[in-house]
Amino acid sequence: MKAVDFDYWRPADLAETCALLSEGGGDAKIIAGGQTLVPLLAMRLARPALLIDINRVAELQGIAENGGVVEIRACTRQARALADPMVGAKLPLLAKALSFVGHEQTRNRGTVGGSLANADPAAEIGLAALALDAEMSLVSAKGARTVPVGQFFVSPMETALAPEECLAAVRFPAWREAGRIGTGFQETSIRRSDFALAAAAVHLVLDQSGRCARIAVSLGGAGAKSVRVAAIEQALTGGRLGDGEITASVAQVHDGIEAVTDIHASAAHRRRIAGALVARAIAEARDEALAGQA
Amino acid sequence: MSQHRVDLTVNGKPRSASVPARLTLVDFLRETLNLTGTHTGCEHGVCGACTVLLDGEPVRSCLLFAVQADGAQIVTVEGLAPDAEGLSVLQDSFCELHALQCGFCTSGMLIAAHALLTRDTDPSEEKIREAIGGNLCRCTGYKQIVEAIALAARRLKGANEPAPQRSGHDG
Repeated sequence: MKAVDFDYWRPADLAETCALLSEGGGDAKIIAGGQTLVPLLAMRLARPALLIDINRVAELQGIAENGGVVEIRACTRQARALADPMVGAKLPLLAKALSFVGHEQTRNRGTVGGSLANADPAAEIGLAALALDAEMSLVSAKGARTVPVGQFFVSPMETALAPEECLAAVRFPAWREAGRIGTGFQETSIRRSDFALAAAAVHLVLDQSGRCARIAVSLGGAGAKSVRVAAIEQALTGGRLGDGEITASVAQVHDGIEAVTDIHASAAHRRRIAGALVARAIAEARDEALAGQA
Repeated sequence: MSQHRVDLTVNGKPRSASVPARLTLVDFLRETLNLTGTHTGCEHGVCGACTVLLDGEPVRSCLLFAVQADGAQIVTVEGLAPDAEGLSVLQDSFCELHALQCGFCTSGMLIAAHALLTRDTDPSEEKIREAIGGNLCRCTGYKQIVEAIALAARRLKGANEPAPQRSGHDG
């Protein structure tokens, strides 16, 4: 259980990081928090020739807001994002999701960008990013590009990142709809902080009359990829989100929920959990928005 | 082989070494510095036995390479006791309430609990359980560990009290 030997480089800035990635080609790998990569190295499932340690690249650290868009730079620790008052105020759904990520010891080291770049379908940060229509900022020696989260996650553990690209930041656009925001995050795992058997994230706005002006529902953990559940979003937009409406909207998609069978749970079990969690997360978000209105 | 110089502080003492890039911090502590109080359990970030403080925060030392800790302040279980003879209040509480059996998880539990008590002087049982949620124990069933951390919290607040009586043990 020891990693194969590798070269190690600790670049001082983003330009040097990109230069090292270009030189390294597919044999170079970025290490941020290392909470997933180091186990893969130890088990020799990953054997990069060069590790590029971005932990001391100042441009990849920090959280900032600009024109309603909250930007979290890739190497920001999960613990720091969880404790950040702006994340709590502007991105309450992400704050809820972060509290489910790993344990204190892994959040102290694990990064927001690392979780996204790892693209585990059971990962909570990606699930929140999907509901919030986040945008990924990718940088290479050739320049920068922005990729919407829906296109960033390609398949399990695979993203749109090219071998020479570094995830620099994730940006969360503000919702412009007038009204009260509510958020819901629900997860089932065998023990708290284990990988999710299924998890649901909901972000919604209720207008002055209490109708749902906009709702985003994302579901992860159950299948090979986290997904937005557009059918539920369409069914509930404009409605009052009564329990009956929620149940009916979930029932119409239930049988189509993509789910996998593994040693932890069967696909049928995951589908049932997923449906229940989506319904609970919608009700949680509704109740939060209603309480805010009082 | 990629070899790197590291200068760091471990339990208050400056340490320097030349390490291969692939050497984990836990192996560096145990094998290079002979600080064997930190335990190597699963070596892939699941069990928490290797927990140490990195710049004051608990982290898994199997998920960090020694070269990455260059310049860092590390505290291991050997750094918790006030002197070579004695134990910390937290360690005493573990002994008195039988919060260990085989002892394999103990150093990680102590570091996680120490970090909790450093920032929260009056943690609820839920907070205690959350703080050690990343540490596996296969012997105790966790109950005595939770009780020992709660006792240490009360003692550290100044509310000094004897260990509670437990059936089957002399108080």
